[in-house]
Amino acid sequence: MATVDVDLPHVKEDDPHHHGPARGLGRWLYTTNHKDIGSMYLIFSLCMFMIGGIMALIIRAELFQPGLQLVEPNFFNQMTTMHGLIMVFGAVMPAFVGLANWMIPMQVGAPDMALPRMNNWSFWILPFAFLILLSSLFMPGGAPNFGWTFYAPLSTTYAPESVTFFIFGVHIMGASSIMGAINIIATILNMRAPGMTLLKMPLFVWTWLITAFLLIAVMPVLAGVVTMMLMDIHFGTSFFNAAGGGDPVLFQHVFWFFGHPEVYIMILPAFGIISEIIPTFARKRLFGYASMVYAVASIALLSFVVWAHHMFTVGMPLVGEVFFMFATMLIAVPTGVKVFNWVATMFRGSLTFETPMLFALAFVVLFTIGGFSGLMLAIAPADFQYHDTYFVVAHFHYVLVPGAIFSIMAATYYWLPKWTGHQLNETMGKIHFWLSFVGVNITFFPMHFVGLAGMPRRIPDYALQFADFNSMASVGAFIFGFSQLVFIYNVIQNVRVGEKATAQVWEGAQGLEWTLPSPAPYHTFSTPPEVK
Amino acid sequence: MTKALTLALSLLSAPAWADWQINMNKGVTALSREIFDLHMLIFWICVVIGVAVFGVMFYSIFKFRKSKGAVSEHWHENTTVEVVWTVIPSIILIAMAIPATATLMDMYDTSEADVEIQVTGYQWKWRYQYLDEDIDYFSNLATPREEITNEASKNPNYLLEVDNPLVIPANKKVRFLITANDVIHSWWVPHFAVKKDAIPGFINESWVKVEEPGVYRGQCTELCGKDHGFMPVVVEVKSESDYQQWVSDQRAMKLAMAGEASKEFSMDELVAKGEGVYNTACAGCHQPNGQGIPGAFPAITGSTIATGAIDAHVDIIVNGKPGTAMQAFKEQLSAVDIAAVVTYQRNALGNSVGDLVQPNTIQN
Ligand code: HEM
Ligand SMILES: [Cu+2]
Repeated sequence: MATVDVDLPHVKEDDPHHHGPARGLGRWLYTTNHKDIGSMYLIFSLCMFMIGGIMALIIRAELFQPGLQLVEPNFFNQMTTMHGLIMVFGAVMPAFVGLANWMIPMQVGAPDMALPRMNNWSFWILPFAFLILLSSLFMPGGAPNFGWTFYAPLSTTYAPESVTFFIFGVHIMGASSIMGAINIIATILNMRAPGMTLLKMPLFVWTWLITAFLLIAVMPVLAGVVTMMLMDIHFGTSFFNAAGGGDPVLFQHVFWFFGHPEVYIMILPAFGIISEIIPTFARKRLFGYASMVYAVASIALLSFVVWAHHMFTVGMPLVGEVFFMFATMLIAVPTGVKVFNWVATMFRGSLTFETPMLFALAFVVLFTIGGFSGLMLAIAPADFQYHDTYFVVAHFHYVLVPGAIFSIMAATYYWLPKWTGHQLNETMGKIHFWLSFVGVNITFFPMHFVGLAGMPRRIPDYALQFADFNSMASVGAFIFGFSQLVFIYNVIQNVRVGEKATAQVWEGAQGLEWTLPSPAPYHTFSTPPEVK
Repeated sequence: MTKALTLALSLLSAPAWADWQINMNKGVTALSREIFDLHMLIFWICVVIGVAVFGVMFYSIFKFRKSKGAVSEHWHENTTVEVVWTVIPSIILIAMAIPATATLMDMYDTSEADVEIQVTGYQWKWRYQYLDEDIDYFSNLATPREEITNEASKNPNYLLEVDNPLVIPANKKVRFLITANDVIHSWWVPHFAVKKDAIPGFINESWVKVEEPGVYRGQCTELCGKDHGFMPVVVEVKSESDYQQWVSDQRAMKLAMAGEASKEFSMDELVAKGEGVYNTACAGCHQPNGQGIPGAFPAITGSTIATGAIDAHVDIIVNGKPGTAMQAFKEQLSAVDIAAVVTYQRNALGNSVGDLVQPNTIQN
C-alpha cells in the first residue's frame, strides 16, 4: 500500500449534533451503522463457527475408531453436509463481510457504507436463512444429507423432504451475499476520501472489491442451480434426471462454476488481511503492492475457467481434462506470487511477533502447504487417485482453516483494540495461537496420509489400515475445537477490560483506521480526511 | 505421545492394527506406476519450492527480529525479481503438465480390449455384467453386521470384502463400461489407479491390464447416500486358465439355479433362506429388525404391503418403486431368493401372515 499522509480536519469525530447509538434491542434491529452491523456479522459468524464446530466434533468422534459407535450413517451424512454448509456460508463468508463492514469505511475514509439500510437488511435475513437450514435437523427424514456440494440426483430424486427448506435457505443466503457485495462495491467506488486513488487503497479494500465482483457473478449461478433442483423436485422438470432426458453432470458444471470462484471468495479477503498485518509487524512496506493487486485480479479472472478440476473423474473428453489441468496450473502462479511477496516483505524488515503476526505467519506457511496439495490435485492423472479421498479433505481444510479462519482470527486480534479501545492480552492470545496451531496440524496433516493410502471421504466407518491416523486426527480436532474457547474468552475479556489502547495500537501500523481514536467513535470520518 | 495414545486406545478395542502407510500405492499396472511417478514428481517439485520459500521465511524470522536490533529497509518493489518469480514457476508448472498430458492420453485409450465388463452402481452394491459371456451378478458387502456394530472383533479385510468379487484375467486388457442405476457412484481400485464416476444415463469407460494374479480392494468414492461407506469393490485377478475355469463354473451354476426355481419349497426352507437374503439385500434400509428408519425407510414389521395381498408384495420387490431407494430386485435376486424373502418378510420380523409363495410363480 502506498503510504498515506493524512490531513485530519478534526481528530475528535463526535460532533454534538450526531447522535450516538440508540438504546436497547432496537439499536441492533434498526441499526444502519456499519460498525454495529459489522459486529453483528462477526458475532453471528462466531455462533455458526461454534455450531459447525460441534458437528465437526461429532464427525471426528465417530471416526475416532473403526466401527459404528455414536451415530447412524444417515445422521453422519447430515453432519458432514451441515458442517460444510454452515462453515462456508455461515462462518467464513459472514466473518469476512463483518470485517468489511467494520474496516472498509474506516480504511477508505468514508462515514459509513454507501447503502446503510440495505446493509441492515442483508444482515438480518441471514439468521433466518440459518434457522431454516438448522430446523431441517428436526424434520422427518432429517436434514440434508447429500454433502455440501449436493450433487443431483442424490439431492433431488433421492433427497429427504427437507431439501426444499435447504433450497429456500440457500436463496436467502445468496440474496444476503449479493446485497452485501453491491454495498461494498458502491462504498469503495464512491466513498473514498479525496486523494485516495484506487492504487492507494489498502489491500484489504482491494481484495474485497474483487471478491464482491466474484460474489455478484456467481451467487446467481448458485441460485440458478438450486432453482433447477426445485423445479426437478416439485414441478416435474428433468434438468438433472437422466430418466427424463436430463443430465446429472450438468449439475456439477453449474455447481462448480459457482463453487470454484466461491473458494476464492473465501480466500481473497484473507490475502488482504495478511497483506495488512505482515507489513505492520515487519515495519516495512508491503513488497510489490501493484503486483499483489494484479495477482488478485488474475486469480479472480482465472477462477472462472478452472471449475472442472473438481470433475476430472466424471468422464470429460480428453481435451477438457487437459484444458482444465493447464488452467489450474496457471492459477497457482499468481497465488505463488502472493506468497513470495509476503516473504520478501519480511526480508530485511524489523520483525516482532504479536498474536496477529503469529496467526499471519502460520497462515503463510500452512496456506502454502494447502496450495502445494492444490498443485498436486491439479495434475489430472494423479487426481484420479486423489479425488474424493481424504487427500482432498486435507487440501481444502489447509486452505480454509489455517487459511481463511486463521486470517479471520488474525484480523480480529489486529483490529480488536481499535474496536474496543483495549490493548490485547498477549499472553492469552499466544496461548490461543499455539493451541490452535498444534491442533490444526494434528487434525489435518494425517489426512494427507490416509487419503493417499486410499481412504474415501464422507464415510462413517473405515477399513482397519486407516485407524491410527484417524484417531490422531480426532484427538487434534478436539484440541483445536476446545482451544477456540480461549478465543471467545479473549474477545469477551477484551471488550470488558484491558489497558487503554492508543490510536496507533501497533507501532508499525499504517492507514487511515489508525488515525482514529481507539475505540473508534460511533461515527467516523463524517468529514472526509484528505489523503495526499 | 499421540502415537502412544492411539496405540493404547486401539489396544482397548481391537487387535493392534498398526499401519502407518503414508504414501500412495504404486499399484500393479504400468499405468498405475506412471501415475505414481507423476505424483512423486509433483510432490518433489513442491518440496523444493517449499524449502526455498520457507527457508527464506524462517531465515527472515530469525535474522530480522526487532529484538535483535534489526532495522527495516525501505525498498518495496523490484520488477526484475517479480518477473522472474512469475515466469519461472509458470515454466515449471507447464513443463509438469506435459508428461501428465501424455499419461492422460494413455488412460483414455480404451481401444482393443480383450474383455468387456459393464459395472453398474446401485445403492449400495455393484453389478458386474460380462458383455461377451452370459455372466451377470451383484457384489455386496460381506462384512458381518456384528463387526460393524463392534459386537465381534474385526477381521483384517473389514469393510473391504464382498460376497462375489469381480473376476478378471491377468495380462489381458479389460475395458470397464461404468454407469449407475440410481445416484452417482464412483468405482475405484487404488492398485489399478482406476477411478471413474458411475453416473445414471452415462456410460464412462476405463481400462486395466494387470500383470500379476491377486486380490485388489477398493471402495465407492462418490457420496451415494446412507451406505456409501459400505459398498466396497473387490477384484480377483486370475491367471488365464483359472479365469476360463471360473467362466465355465459360472455357466454351470446358472443352469443349477434354473433347476432350483422349478422346485417346491416348504415354509421353513423359504423362511430360513429368506433370512439370509433379507440381511444382505434389505436390512441396509429396512434394518435387521424390520423397523426401518422413520422418515427415510419404511418398516417391514406391520407394513401394509408385507401383511397385505401377496401379489402386491411380490410386485414391489420384483419391480421396485421408481424414484426411491427401493430398487427392482428382479435383476439382482433369483426367483428362489425373491420367493424366500417375501415368505420371510410375511412370517418373521414380527409379521405372521402365514402364507408363502413358490419360486415358480414368480415371473422374472
Ligand atoms: C494453488 C491454488 C489451488 C489449486 C491449484 C487448487 C486445486 C484444487 C483441485 C484440483 C481440487 C479438486 C480436487 C478433487 O476433488 O479431486 C480442489 C478442491 C478444493 N479446493 Fe482447491 N486449489 C487451490 C486453492 C484453494 C483455495 C485457496 C481454496 C479455498 C480457500 C480451495 C478450496 C478447495 C475446496 C473447498 C475443494 C474441495 C471441494 C469439495 O470437493 O468439497 N482451494 N482444489
Ligand atoms: Cu476449485
